Amino acid sequence: MAKILMKGNEAIGEAAIRAGCLNYFAYPITPQSEVAEYLSRRMPEVGGVFLQGESEVAVSYMIFGAAAAGARIFTTSSSPGISLMSEGISYIAGAQCPAVFVNIMRGGPGLGGILPSQADYLQATKGMGHGDFRLLVMAPASVQEAVEMVMKAFPLAEKYRNPVMILGDGLIGQMMEPVEFPDHLKTEPSNKDAWATNGMDARNSRQRNMVKSLCLNPEELNNNNLVLKAKYDQMKKEEVMFERFHTEVDYQVLIVSYGTMSRVCRTAIENMHAEGIEVAMIRPQTLFPFPEAEVLSAAQKNSCQAVASIEMSMGQMLEDVQRCVQGKKPVHWYGKCGGDVPTPEEVADYIRTLI
Amino acid sequence: MGKTFQKPEALADTVTHYCPGCTHGVIHRLVAEVIDELGIRGRTVGIAPVGCAVLAYNYFTFDFQEAAHGRAPAMATGIKRVRPDLVVFTYQGDGDLASIGMGEIIHAANRGEKFTTIFVNNAVYGMTGGQMAPTTMPGQRTTTSPFGRNTDEVGMPIKVAELLASLQTPAYIARQAVIKPKYIVKAKKAIKQAFQYQLAGRCYSFVELISTCPTNWGLTPVDAVKWAEDTMLPYYQLGEYKTPEASAA
Repeated sequence: MAKILMKGNEAIGEAAIRAGCLNYFAYPITPQSEVAEYLSRRMPEVGGVFLQGESEVAVSYMIFGAAAAGARIFTTSSSPGISLMSEGISYIAGAQCPAVFVNIMRGGPGLGGILPSQADYLQATKGMGHGDFRLLVMAPASVQEAVEMVMKAFPLAEKYRNPVMILGDGLIGQMMEPVEFPDHLKTEPSNKDAWATNGMDARNSRQRNMVKSLCLNPEELNNNNLVLKAKYDQMKKEEVMFERFHTEVDYQVLIVSYGTMSRVCRTAIENMHAEGIEVAMIRPQTLFPFPEAEVLSAAQKNSCQAVASIEMSMGQMLEDVQRCVQGKKPVHWYGKCGGDVPTPEEVADYIRTLI
Repeated sequence: MGKTFQKPEALADTVTHYCPGCTHGVIHRLVAEVIDELGIRGRTVGIAPVGCAVLAYNYFTFDFQEAAHGRAPAMATGIKRVRPDLVVFTYQGDGDLASIGMGEIIHAANRGEKFTTIFVNNAVYGMTGGQMAPTTMPGQRTTTSPFGRNTDEVGMPIKVAELLASLQTPAYIARQAVIKPKYIVKAKKAIKQAFQYQLAGRCYSFVELISTCPTNWGLTPVDAVKWAEDTMLPYYQLGEYKTPEASAA
């Protein structure tokens, strides 16, 4: 298959279509408006549904309605817009519907900036909304990986009947890289007749379906929460994805980094290797579930003196890294959060201070 | 002797939680009768609000979704856009539709989304214990307007039917009442008309229904009917504000 040079945002839109999702509702926000612009032209070409909603709040509920009616559906937004979707995502998780959300992160908090950041890590992995639920969160480090994660997100959301989030950043959204859309990642939507409100006639059934999250009876609500918890426990067992870089040598420092930041760290590691300083990296590809066991075991290598969480935030993934390392080695943080992406030189300068 | 009157198939055979003198029960029944008469139970999806009718899904026998407060029109948009063959309606009260949900209802109506809204206007927030609503009448005492709605401070009540009728796109906007039998007959006609327009592929249809809330008005059911007739009907005038035929003329 020939590769096409595509802008990240547009590739994400195309990836959903190639994955068999022909429905998209969204609201414009920098730096991801190109997804909506691309799909406003492309969805009609493939007989799909495109609608620009009046706000991210409204969009999150359009997503909920469509998902509850049994359709594959996704939306894209950026940090402040994702905050607006927070309540809707909680409802979708509580009502156990599948849906895919893409956050092309920008600087925050508040109106913040329009340049890339990784400052929504805690929001995505720990606090996407009220109540006891988690999202399965995947973090691409290239446009190709964004394409593949978007395509995988739909069957994952259906497997767990839970919202799934792709956590990208403004750089992934805006840059252009060669991509291909692997045929093997196109999947058929699951059969949702057991629970979706797709009409009794369509199900050939006299039994009606209800999609709701209200459980006034405390025992019933606790049971619902146990059902949700079991999903997240299963995700921890079955869905962890990560990449090791340069871990086969006797490294002095272990970097944990994801997304765009991890590519800068890769270059820094290669440069330091040339100088004789050995550094390795674990790159989480799923942020929830987090590669806990892998980070701990990599930190425990005898040669490793320190662990550094390097992220475009004020230290959000840092807390997970600290938790996983369990105090066995010192854990540090380096990062910037205004929209500047740290350079390989800046990363290397920082790593040298740890040795 | 055969049966002369029975519960519609679309209405669940169960006791509701509504107060004595509440008109939700009447409206549920009218909607269920219309759904039976049009033969659409197998392809209808209702969307319940947050409000006294939060448990509405327990009282109907077809597919139902539960919306967050005010968001039913957005959910209905999502369903109808991906499954245009389904008959979709939202069932909303004053707080749900005219307060937190005002953005969603105006935009869904303005885009001409092809679903139907049943709007229950009883001038108060029922479920949460009787607070002031955007539809509360001037001088009306509620738990958050204990001295009576002061229109100098919080403005006049919103006339949602007129507001939506000012938009060019919606097909059918009507207001009726369910406080007495003579009004109920007209209310049912309007509800049926609204669903028929949806079945004919017409865009957005809306029926506002003037209703009573004896519990939160602090009145007996009988006095509540009188208050609604004397105070609400002169302000919230009944009638058809928009029809496709009138718009085309």
